[in-house]
Amino acid sequence: MRALRPGAFTQSERTTDAEPRQGFYAGRMGFFRQTAWHIILGGLSLCFALPLVWMLSSAFKKNEEIFTIPVKWLPETFRWSNFVEVLDYPGFPFFRFFGNSLFYAGMVTVGTVLSCALVGYGFARLRFPGRGFLFSLTLATMMVPYIVTFIPTFLLFKNLGVLGTYIPLIAPAFFAEAFFIFMMRQFFRGLPRELDDAARVDGAGEFRIFWQIMLPLVKPALVVMAVFTFVWTWHDFFRPLIYLNDPDQYPLSLGLYSFRGRRLTEWHLMMAAATLMTAPLVILFAVAQKYFVRGMRMFGIKG
Amino acid sequence: MGRVRRLPSRPLGRREALAGFLFVSPWLLALVVFHVYPIVAATYLSLSDYSIFTPPEFVGADNYVKLWNDPTVWRAAGNSLFYALLSVPIGLVTALVLALLLNRPVRGIGIHRTFFYMPAVVPPVAGTIVFLLLLEPRAGPLNTAIETVGLDGPAWFQDPAIAKWGLIILSLWGVGAATLIFLAGLQEIPESLLEASSIDGAGPWRRFRYVTLPLLTPVMLFNLVIGVIYSFQVFDAAMIVGGTSGAPAGSTLMYMVHIYRTAFGYFDMGYASAQAMVLFLLIVAVTAAIFGSTRRWVYEGV
Repeated sequence: MRALRPGAFTQSERTTDAEPRQGFYAGRMGFFRQTAWHIILGGLSLCFALPLVWMLSSAFKKNEEIFTIPVKWLPETFRWSNFVEVLDYPGFPFFRFFGNSLFYAGMVTVGTVLSCALVGYGFARLRFPGRGFLFSLTLATMMVPYIVTFIPTFLLFKNLGVLGTYIPLIAPAFFAEAFFIFMMRQFFRGLPRELDDAARVDGAGEFRIFWQIMLPLVKPALVVMAVFTFVWTWHDFFRPLIYLNDPDQYPLSLGLYSFRGRRLTEWHLMMAAATLMTAPLVILFAVAQKYFVRGMRMFGIKG
Repeated sequence: MGRVRRLPSRPLGRREALAGFLFVSPWLLALVVFHVYPIVAATYLSLSDYSIFTPPEFVGADNYVKLWNDPTVWRAAGNSLFYALLSVPIGLVTALVLALLLNRPVRGIGIHRTFFYMPAVVPPVAGTIVFLLLLEPRAGPLNTAIETVGLDGPAWFQDPAIAKWGLIILSLWGVGAATLIFLAGLQEIPESLLEASSIDGAGPWRRFRYVTLPLLTPVMLFNLVIGVIYSFQVFDAAMIVGGTSGAPAGSTLMYMVHIYRTAFGYFDMGYASAQAMVLFLLIVAVTAAIFGSTRRWVYEGV
């Protein structure tokens, strides 16, 4: 599922500006036509936003209010108490789930960023025998469906006796991952060769060149990689479903799933929980916004 | 790709090679432990009877024969195929249209892009549960809207004949990523070409048909391949909507859900591995067929 998202990287910087394009299209549209476009696109934007509006408004409703006819897009009164209630709902320890999600996504992000930067750098800037072959092999692993390697990997972790812990969920992240290796390699290849040559003449070791000179230069790319890894891990449902069995260990995804699984009919609380689960990701994207423009631009200068 | 033509012999080269191996060593370990070994093991398991509690026993092609004669497997494969065959083309067209609309010289158009991409940020579990409410047959917003124009909305996730369409609509909600990829492709199209065709008298449709569309085919290929691979492996939404039984009446039992049930419900690891291998081969075959067809429709530049 990861591969669907990288599009966000490949945007050129023009798309991230609010400025109209120059050249062929420039200056051909008057005020009224611009407004018309905004109305058309606004209608479509609304279609994409409506599920979220429904989630948010239902989160503030009384349960019965969600199912009234005609549909009420706004709650009669905004019941903030729904959120208080869901934070302390029997069998749904929200803060625990939240903490687990934070731990899981945080550790995977740290592991992925460190390992993929290291490995990506190795492939991009250090020459060693077999490099081309190993890199092709790396790309080939992206073709294999996850489930094929998953069953033997599961059995491996089972034999190690670590089922029911976060080790199978987190440990692989510290050993890098094909897609981000590819991304980081592209970024590192874009940096000028003179930089490390100069450092090498000065007697710096390879790891110091990587850590002190190269890594700071690709910081925006690291932020983009970190944000996407964090979001995808926060989303992850499949692996926790398989590896964890103690509800106290559940991340939010599994917690919310089990909330629904108990066939409870308290949809308003479920929507409040869904809102609380989504909010951190929206905030994260908003905060990381300024890095994104630069991070994506760096992808453009591939070698 | 940088290829080493000869083994480095200078001291500096040897040091660099050593450093290179050290840098990529975590991945080399992962490559062996999490990729090469599991593929070999999965192949072996698929030829074995292995119910986790007793050691695997080699049974030849038994699992594959069983799979061929298993109506549930066919059912799950049919569901996944139906889902893929509809969600991928509809998704591609939707993404392309949205990208074309977004590629306009309008001030502040970026705000719409944010809206189209936002669903990708929503956790699948949360988004799917929201859709259960949106598509609620009696009082859900979609059906009440359909009723206002005088029609009867379907029972969506409660009707076995319609439930998969609910999943397809849910997948369309997540079309923002493909839209951004198309948009990036559109912005790489040289404006001089559009200008030239305009001077030659081409209207908007002909410009799209003979300039934009051909130049966009490589991006379309990318989105198509990713879309096919991804939709064959749909799991989260189907599992949340229908559980391992694919409720209602097995209509949302996707192939991945069936593998999950075989492996982690019945612990029939050998049989599950055989099902996974078949999925792998199917994906390879379809991807190869798509790449084989590119000569006919993907424009590779002059």
